[in-house]
Amino acid sequence: MDEILPAKQVAAAAPVAGKSLGQSAWERLRKNKLALGGGLLILLLSIVCFSAPVLSKVVGHSYQEQNLALGPVAPNADHWLGTDRLGRDLFVRLLYGGRISLMVGLSATFVSLTIGVFYGAISGFLGGTVDRVMMRIVDIMYALPFTIFVILLMVFFGRNIVLLFVAIGAVEWLTMARIVRGQVLSLKQQEFIDAARILGARKRSIIFRHMIPNLLGPVIVYATLTIPGVMLLEAFLSFLGLGVQPPASSWGLLIKEGAEVMEEYPWLLAFPGSALAITLFCLNFLGDGLRDALDVRGSK
Amino acid sequence: MTRPTKTEQQKILIESITRSFAMSFLVLFVLLLGISGCTKRETRVAVGNREQTFHIGNGGEPSDLDPHTAIGEIEHDIMLALFEGLVNGDPKTVDPIPGVAERWDISDDGLIYTFHLRKNARWSNGDPLTAHDFYNSYQRALMPSLGNQYSYMLFPVKNAEEFNTGKISDFSQVGFKVLDDHTLRIILQSPTPYFLSLIIHNSWYPVHLPTVEKFGKIDDRNNRWTRPQNFVGNGPFVLKEWKVNSHILAEKSSTYWDAAKVKLNKIYFYPTESSDTEERMFRAGQIHTTRECPQPKIQVYKATKPHLIETYPLLSTYYYRINVTRPPLNDKRVRQALTMAIDRKAIVENITRGGQIPAYNLTPPGTGGYNCEAAFSENIDKARKLLAEAGFPDGKNFPKFELLFNTLESHRAIAEAIQQMWMKNLNVEVTLRNEEWKVYLDSTHRMDYFITRAGWGGDYADPNTFLDLMMTGGGNNETGWSNLEYDRLIKAAGATRDQKQRFAAFQKAEAILLDEVPIIPIYFYTRSRLIQPSVKGYYGNLLDQHSFQSVYLEPEPEAR
Amino acid sequence: MIRFIARRILETIPVLLIIATATFFMMRAAPGGPFDADKRMSKEVRANIEKHYGLDKPLWRQYVSYLGNLVHGDLGPSFKYPNRSVNELIADAFPVSLELGLWSLVVAVFFGLLAGLIASLKQNTALDYIPMSIAMLGICVPTFVMGPLMISSFALNHDWFNATGWFFPRDRILPSLTLGAYYAAYIARLSRAGMLEVLNQDFIRTARAKGASESNIVVRHSLRIALRPVVSFLGPAVAGLLTGSFIVETIFQVPGLGRFFVTSAFNRDYTMVMGTVLFYATLIIFLNLVVDIVQVWLNPKLRFE
Repeated sequence: MDEILPAKQVAAAAPVAGKSLGQSAWERLRKNKLALGGGLLILLLSIVCFSAPVLSKVVGHSYQEQNLALGPVAPNADHWLGTDRLGRDLFVRLLYGGRISLMVGLSATFVSLTIGVFYGAISGFLGGTVDRVMMRIVDIMYALPFTIFVILLMVFFGRNIVLLFVAIGAVEWLTMARIVRGQVLSLKQQEFIDAARILGARKRSIIFRHMIPNLLGPVIVYATLTIPGVMLLEAFLSFLGLGVQPPASSWGLLIKEGAEVMEEYPWLLAFPGSALAITLFCLNFLGDGLRDALDVRGSK
Repeated sequence: MTRPTKTEQQKILIESITRSFAMSFLVLFVLLLGISGCTKRETRVAVGNREQTFHIGNGGEPSDLDPHTAIGEIEHDIMLALFEGLVNGDPKTVDPIPGVAERWDISDDGLIYTFHLRKNARWSNGDPLTAHDFYNSYQRALMPSLGNQYSYMLFPVKNAEEFNTGKISDFSQVGFKVLDDHTLRIILQSPTPYFLSLIIHNSWYPVHLPTVEKFGKIDDRNNRWTRPQNFVGNGPFVLKEWKVNSHILAEKSSTYWDAAKVKLNKIYFYPTESSDTEERMFRAGQIHTTRECPQPKIQVYKATKPHLIETYPLLSTYYYRINVTRPPLNDKRVRQALTMAIDRKAIVENITRGGQIPAYNLTPPGTGGYNCEAAFSENIDKARKLLAEAGFPDGKNFPKFELLFNTLESHRAIAEAIQQMWMKNLNVEVTLRNEEWKVYLDSTHRMDYFITRAGWGGDYADPNTFLDLMMTGGGNNETGWSNLEYDRLIKAAGATRDQKQRFAAFQKAEAILLDEVPIIPIYFYTRSRLIQPSVKGYYGNLLDQHSFQSVYLEPEPEAR
Repeated sequence: MIRFIARRILETIPVLLIIATATFFMMRAAPGGPFDADKRMSKEVRANIEKHYGLDKPLWRQYVSYLGNLVHGDLGPSFKYPNRSVNELIADAFPVSLELGLWSLVVAVFFGLLAGLIASLKQNTALDYIPMSIAMLGICVPTFVMGPLMISSFALNHDWFNATGWFFPRDRILPSLTLGAYYAAYIARLSRAGMLEVLNQDFIRTARAKGASESNIVVRHSLRIALRPVVSFLGPAVAGLLTGSFIVETIFQVPGLGRFFVTSAFNRDYTMVMGTVLFYATLIIFLNLVVDIVQVWLNPKLRFE
């Protein structure tokens, strides 16, 4: 991009005539079978998990019903995914766990995404002293001891699910903000932003209409990568006492539990692990599709 | 000027990138091969067997190796190799056997112990070890400014508590007397029949004060005399290396009085914080023995490799504390109902699965020859009736309450099981609350709980170490429970030397405890550890104390 | 640029002060203290120990005296390991973590970039899906599963490596792979995304007009742009890598710094918490500075502001 102003980018800077950005993006997304499939699978998974109470009645097991004498058994006709060490049905526990993990994973990621993108975009766009102060705040947040932060949250606010989002959001947005800021800094120098500026666009509209859509590639990728991290982080927070209280569980906790017995009872790790992996894969395909669909420059 | 098409651009990119990566990949691969090599190597255990080097998974990084400030098993187990007290524990039974003292006399009233020290006992720097060393060490152990957490182990000695708490400042008033270089007299406050088993503990070890002084004040916790380059001890082994979170190496001491009988040349202690890591090290032949066996693997080893695992009971009880100040738990009947409605056998057989013994009382069987006669029964019908009498027929209107435990997989599983048992048997709903260790300790201490998990390990082989726990206002009682008759009985037991009378008092006291149930005993701990058959003379026992004097390594010919 | 760096270094002082202050008071507000244990010590003993460490003084005085020592570079004695100072513990453990971190970084960058670049160049083909699937598995498989799997395959089933320890050169390999794999996955995904952006721009024409040799231009120009998000990610990631990982260090018995970050907080080892936090803070500030400089280098149109 050394000297010549690419025609496509000018076109992108100006409001798109006819179809709105959203409409055309949707059309492109619809053509991407992989992305669509991923999205549908996630939707299906969520529906299945959120109807856990109904399904548990169908299966005939509840997530807390124990059978100590039975103990851990491999998958069979009665227990489709086997049972855990207290003889509880893994399938039902996985569904209930999925409710919590999907909710935490998606919403905490969304929170950190929102904060990170806006924080980073504002910091990078405004530059100067504001940028410096904002980035030093990020440095400070990185350094504070997370374990103690979480313990204090619980001491002062008691245990509740909102705190879980606060705690996770507090750490996950930082790297996001730095990535976004880095992108904004270089985008700022690109010609189509100058063009927009010359055309008289206001700062706010430059940030929201031109910068943020152009950031989406790395942001979407990073966000989809954050989700499994968040789900596993939730298991750590449960260790500290925040989050899920037994006998309820989550995918993160089930994976942690399963990892301890992966040689003896491999199914206890394999199924929760697969659930997490499937979710991540779907989200990645969906994310890639979204990125392509929203990438105004990449489209021909 | 022709413009390259997109595919051309990509081709160029691919070629150049793959070229550079292929090169570096090759280099890395060759490097890897060079480092790893492909020969079958002799394991550390096999080399150790040949050279009498003992590799131990020791369960964690010791905080210090100063016998007067260190607490905890990890530290104790290493200090067993580095120091020796007046009296040793028998390697098999931990009964008192001669240590630095070759013999001792006890006065008829049981108040005066006279220890005759070995004339050939020496420190690792060659200095003779005399009665003065012990005297000075005990003075240090009791100095208030040192902050010795185990100073109470010395309290049976006359005026020791007064000196330690600052009520008197003249140490000559404390019941230690040096009669000559090799004779030490100890005068007790009251007859303490278990005194000899008490002084096996590391708080009774001597330290080399000239060395301690050389590296700082003798009452400074941060004194660096326990570093390998500074260290002087009197045990069968000397500290040679100490790399934090990596290993500790102790080598055979040439100055130890019984050095001729010590067979091991070196001991390596590894700070294996995770029992899974430890088990993998054991499987890879890196260590001879582990501190414990991961719970899910106990059954596997027992079924497939029984010669590599051993299980033995410990002097420790797993129990729940009840906060008796909170309704409805202030009602004895409610506490009894909760206690009766737990199926302990199901817990030890299906959850802990390490041969633990269901506990129907507090003191583990065989504690210093004492076996509790009283017990509560597991009786669901009776439990329901008691609950109804207390005003909660079929668990109706039973207030919300919580079960607190510190975060650990095994505690959680037990709590979940008990939650279900109370639900099923009594129709009472308890919510579970897990907390990080220090937060849990704080909540327990502030009595901010309804029911909380607890465990207690005996310091010495006598029921007193368990039963004085529940005395009114005892530091580790933490249930708010107080019973004057109980207090009186425990004190009476402490005042007499007659074992029969003492045990009778203990029996009565424990019967009161089991009727009032401010605590719910669940099981008596066992230890399951992995051990190579080549390790000889390293016995499991109630106090989990393993001296190293008589350990040796002898691979069985057919084993390898 | 020198002015830029000098100013950033000056800014570090207030930032560190804020971090020190916040950590100090957060830590003290947390329930439980360094000397709480399941066997409770007597009041007298506790009072004596607290006096020894100055914990009996008012909090603000402890804070002031801590800062005073800090100015002299003295982080105080560890509460948990009384015969060692925090300075010593960090000085002993950091070289280990540094070495492990650098090896992991090599693993992460090498495999990450390799997978990311190939995938982007072969978008929507098998060469895209396979490396990306492996990368995603790398993210899904948590370290506490990856580590044991590595050990059982390469140390237990095959006698190629030691199961644990940090004694021989070969002991570096499994922990580095385990720790690096996670970061490699991130780098792969981010570099692929970055490259795709580049491939959708046609700037190479201009570069060619200047007459430089083809592959050089392509690689230099595209990588410069493609790597921006990766570089932003690497700042905090490298700080994380160099200060070690609790899980990897516990699984492989590596005597690194990572364990102290976690255990010091759990032990309420006040001085150690402060020491590790400040150490990490300094490192992350420094690395973020490096990232900012690299960003300018990657994009000469940016100026040092």
